[in-house]
Amino acid sequence: MNRDERIARLKSDIKNRVLVLDGAMGTMIQGYKLTEADFRGDRFKDHPVDLKGDNELIGLVRPDILRDIHLEYFRAGADIAETNTFGATVIAQGDYQLESVSYEMNVESAKIAREAAAIVESEEPGRVCYVAGVLGPTNRTASISPKVSDPGFRNVSFDELREAYKDSTRGLIEGGSDLILVETIFDTLNAKAALFAVSEVFEELGFELPVMISGTITDMSGRLLSGQTPEAFWNSVSHVKPFSIGLNCALGAKEMRPHVHTLSRIAGVNVSAHPNAGLPNEMGEYDETPDQMAKLVSEFASSGLVNIVGGCCGTTPGHIHAIAEAVKKIPPRDLPDIEPRLRLSGLEPFTGA
Amino acid sequence: MTKSTASFINIGERTNVTGSAKFKKLIVDGRFDEALTVALQQVESGAQIIDINMDEGMLDSEAAMVRFLNLIAAEPDIARVPIMIDSSKWSIIEAGLKCVQGKAIVNSISLKEGEEAFLYHARKVMRYGAAAVVMAFDEEGQADTANRKFEICERSYNLLVNKIGFPPEDIIFDPNIFAVATGIEEHNNYGVEFIDATRRIKQNLPHAHVSGGVSNVSFSFRGNEPVREAMHTVFLYHAIQAGMDMGIVNAGQLGIYDEIEPDLRERVEDVILNRREDATERLLEIAERYRGDAGKKKEEDLSWRELPVKERLTHSLVKGINAFIEEDTEAARALADKPLDVIEGPLMDGMNVVGDLFGSGKMFLPQVVKSARVMKQAVAYLMPFMEEEKRRTGAEQNKAAARILMATVKGDVHDIGKNIVGVVLQCNNFEVIDLGVMVPAAKILEIARAEKVDVIGLSGLITPSLDEMCHVAAEMEREGFDIPLLIGGATTSRIHTAVKVHPNYKRGQAIYVTDASRAVGVVSQLISENTKVSYIDDVRDEYKKMAAAHANARQTKERQPIEKARENRLKIEWQGYVPTKPTFLGTKVFEDYPLDKLVPYIDWTPFFATWELAGQYPQILTDDKIGEAATSLFEDAQEMLKQMVEEKWLRASAVIGFWPANAIGDDIELYADDTRVETRAMLHSLRQQMVRGKSDRANMALADFIAPKETGIADYVGGFAVTTGHGEDEIAKQFADKLDDYKSILSKALADRLAEALAEHMHERVRREFWAYAADEKLSNADLIGEKYQGVRPAPGYPAQPDHTEKKTLFELLDAEAAAGIKLTESYAMWPGAAVSGFYFSHPQSEYFGVGRIERDQVVDYAARKGMTLAECERWLAPILNYTPVVDEGDAAA
Repeated sequence: MNRDERIARLKSDIKNRVLVLDGAMGTMIQGYKLTEADFRGDRFKDHPVDLKGDNELIGLVRPDILRDIHLEYFRAGADIAETNTFGATVIAQGDYQLESVSYEMNVESAKIAREAAAIVESEEPGRVCYVAGVLGPTNRTASISPKVSDPGFRNVSFDELREAYKDSTRGLIEGGSDLILVETIFDTLNAKAALFAVSEVFEELGFELPVMISGTITDMSGRLLSGQTPEAFWNSVSHVKPFSIGLNCALGAKEMRPHVHTLSRIAGVNVSAHPNAGLPNEMGEYDETPDQMAKLVSEFASSGLVNIVGGCCGTTPGHIHAIAEAVKKIPPRDLPDIEPRLRLSGLEPFTGA
Repeated sequence: MTKSTASFINIGERTNVTGSAKFKKLIVDGRFDEALTVALQQVESGAQIIDINMDEGMLDSEAAMVRFLNLIAAEPDIARVPIMIDSSKWSIIEAGLKCVQGKAIVNSISLKEGEEAFLYHARKVMRYGAAAVVMAFDEEGQADTANRKFEICERSYNLLVNKIGFPPEDIIFDPNIFAVATGIEEHNNYGVEFIDATRRIKQNLPHAHVSGGVSNVSFSFRGNEPVREAMHTVFLYHAIQAGMDMGIVNAGQLGIYDEIEPDLRERVEDVILNRREDATERLLEIAERYRGDAGKKKEEDLSWRELPVKERLTHSLVKGINAFIEEDTEAARALADKPLDVIEGPLMDGMNVVGDLFGSGKMFLPQVVKSARVMKQAVAYLMPFMEEEKRRTGAEQNKAAARILMATVKGDVHDIGKNIVGVVLQCNNFEVIDLGVMVPAAKILEIARAEKVDVIGLSGLITPSLDEMCHVAAEMEREGFDIPLLIGGATTSRIHTAVKVHPNYKRGQAIYVTDASRAVGVVSQLISENTKVSYIDDVRDEYKKMAAAHANARQTKERQPIEKARENRLKIEWQGYVPTKPTFLGTKVFEDYPLDKLVPYIDWTPFFATWELAGQYPQILTDDKIGEAATSLFEDAQEMLKQMVEEKWLRASAVIGFWPANAIGDDIELYADDTRVETRAMLHSLRQQMVRGKSDRANMALADFIAPKETGIADYVGGFAVTTGHGEDEIAKQFADKLDDYKSILSKALADRLAEALAEHMHERVRREFWAYAADEKLSNADLIGEKYQGVRPAPGYPAQPDHTEKKTLFELLDAEAAAGIKLTESYAMWPGAAVSGFYFSHPQSEYFGVGRIERDQVVDYAARKGMTLAECERWLAPILNYTPVVDEGDAAA
């Protein structure tokens, strides 16, 4: 099956059932208890700064581990794997002085996810596994000043982000991604730069992949870190006509529900949700068990709020398995007809006549 | 699908530098924090979207847009609403789009530059995720009939929706609201055309919206806010019914259709809907009735005549009434022991009231000057009695608090500001010796010594005067003076005084005086033994800090080498461009130009600024604080202007010329005729050297606007010199002799305005008629003032060409002295003072810009091109040098 055929299949699958995204990557990697030496491998043994914690490097130094994690999630029932490229942009890799391998990380991580998908597809004939190439938020914000005394200051520009995202997008597509997932968006302007970059790359290549967009409501204020409400956020990104719009991270399923409900009501495209396994406890750990979480998430599906579900921080193949089982028989959300109106936004939405 | 009920969307218009003088000033001054409050006030008063426009020639508009949007992002109370990014330049729009996380509106795109550019911009708008205002503007121009408006909108719609998949609900058409009731018959139907076009757009182009700048419609009634408000209300009432669903408005100023007084509503409706031929006349008939309180003629209340004489004098002084002054002064004299007591008693008491009111911001300059007129007339009445008293008793005259010498320096002819300061000082019992204009340093010092003056005040308006002031200061030092030296005038500044004048005069003290209202305070402190020392210490301290800060700031002003700047010149696409040939080559002289033609072209805002009344005309007339003073001044001005025109007090002359020209590097070569063989003259231009960084703005020089010689394109340049100043000095003197400083200053201020108006009017004729490159141009007055026309008329000595000496070439080309009677002084000031000159450039991409500070490499090159020595060049360009020139011994003495 080539990529075009998989995309066609994805578009028919989504009409028939609730699709399942995989779960957390970081905690899985931590489980291997890798040392600084493991992160460096042979290739980076003389690198001037510490590399432990640069999870995106795993695809280059320990591809076996990455493949195994993807295999675990696919076997647990995930339909879509998220590539291990959350922090693989040139900008984010600046923290490790590894800008020069950013492109390669994106290519290799996508390749490994694709390999795992092929293995599972051969194990279970008839099944199709998808790979979503992930564009993370970077560690900078285009619409918030890092300096309290100078609110007009910015440490990254739209164009710098756009260039970095273009580079990553090219890599993700080259490595075999079936979709592009812009996720954990806490500043919509960063996301707009990413989406701008993606559409430029599509134009360059002469074809398009489905695009998933997932924002992050940071706390109980019900807004993104950059201040937008979920509806304002949707108005800001709806122009790319994405495959899905949704939310992930920061909140557990319970806290996320009202905002998922909002998106479900206003968006004429698929809605996704991949919450954390509850809110972190005093130790920063996530306590929600697979069954507890599956119960909450499958309620999203049975209430007709979502088309795609999955997990974020604190979730494991166990959680994904429970969720996949719970939503198996639930029909997906019907896409509503949204009246064409002038829908603008600042921090809040504005709908014209 | 049911049609949703039309709910009208208000777009706030005040955060627009082209529409709000207040906002513009805040931005130009870099007071972004205060500019944010304008945005906040818009949102709080109901704007659902805010329009932001930074299109201003003197600004780095792109940087201002980015900074302002970034600051707004940090203000949740403002950032909650969507932004409309408004600019005529795509680069500014795009810079803005990169700063907003919300879904914004771009204002605007159009077919003006053809389909390709239109679709390119539209695709970008889609990719940035914004909606767009689409103007009814195509390759042929701006649409003014309903048919053209609709045709352009329909064509735009089809291209957008069918060709590139632009969401129709994100299209907002602006079918151009133009002014009606302008007195020009073809404008009468503009309201109807807009409304018809709106109806057709809404019926035929599904989901698209219609918007417009509503206040344009009433432009011809500016100054009469009640009538304008009624026009906006009636216009919107009909336009909204036709389907207009958004508008750029001053939200707080919209009225309710049903609440408009029926007679006014009917006549306004006749105008808007063009229902009868005499609609404009009929509205004009009653318009005055509705003008705001400020404009109402008040019933004269003479009850104050019943008061005791002392209070009557105070009343006359405060109100500036001279009708009863001799009568009341005589009554006071009869009660006093000696005539001097009248001055030192009731008259000074009255002037102290004036001083207090002025000091506390309750009276304004024009009123104070009127008070001074009354005072002078009272003193003049008493003079013969005092002479008599002195002869009889041998008693001393009263001694003035201090004696102040005032002069406009050598080479400069501008004296309105100096005269105002003189009057204000006299009001406060200072004796003023006014030496007039073009006064050499030697004469200033000679009189100062002979008359034992306490303070010297220097004034000047053009930049070379700055240098002359430094020279006067050095001469005072050399001759052993130690009295304070006051510096004032339009181009002077605190920083220049601190850095350039002050070091030349260590023995005494140079002090910058912001404006007339500060002069009294400064002089009072300087002549009091109690305060003098500490005041001067404070000033020295301040200047020291400023000089240090300046030195630091200088180092951070980054400039790029001239060669680099040249690489980034404005690259006009010359291929395929055919410059319009002027209708004649050489010069054309206009003698005795009719003044009445100029009146409509007067830009009144600077007139008020002359009198230290800050604000945009006509809003200034209804300003809460200064509206009354402004209205009264305006009425006096109108009255005098009428007389000036009818009785021909002034004679207006003009000369214009056009020459074949091509650019050679940063110079422009002018030819004797179209064979382009014989060189007639060479114009030199200066290039911006600021580091542009990521901005794609060019480093411009005027030469960029002319086709380079190597293109082989036959291009042209124009020049002009106009004056309305013949007669101004005589008129002013006549008033001054009659002790009427108020009218004396008023007449000069009006002459200045008429000169500017003549320049504006002549430029319009040049565009339409003489050069005729914009023969079909139709612009409202606001557009003229907003410089929305094609081509520019920069003047030597001003930001686009800061070198005054280029005026010499211009005057030789025009033979301006013989043709229009305008002379140049040694500092290249024009005499008469009410004169304007400059060059004409016609290319559509020519624009006003500021050269800013330049580096030594360019000055060296420029001096060589001009055949000047470097030192000479540096002296003329001193205000814009980005470095401190090395002065050799020989020059220091000069």
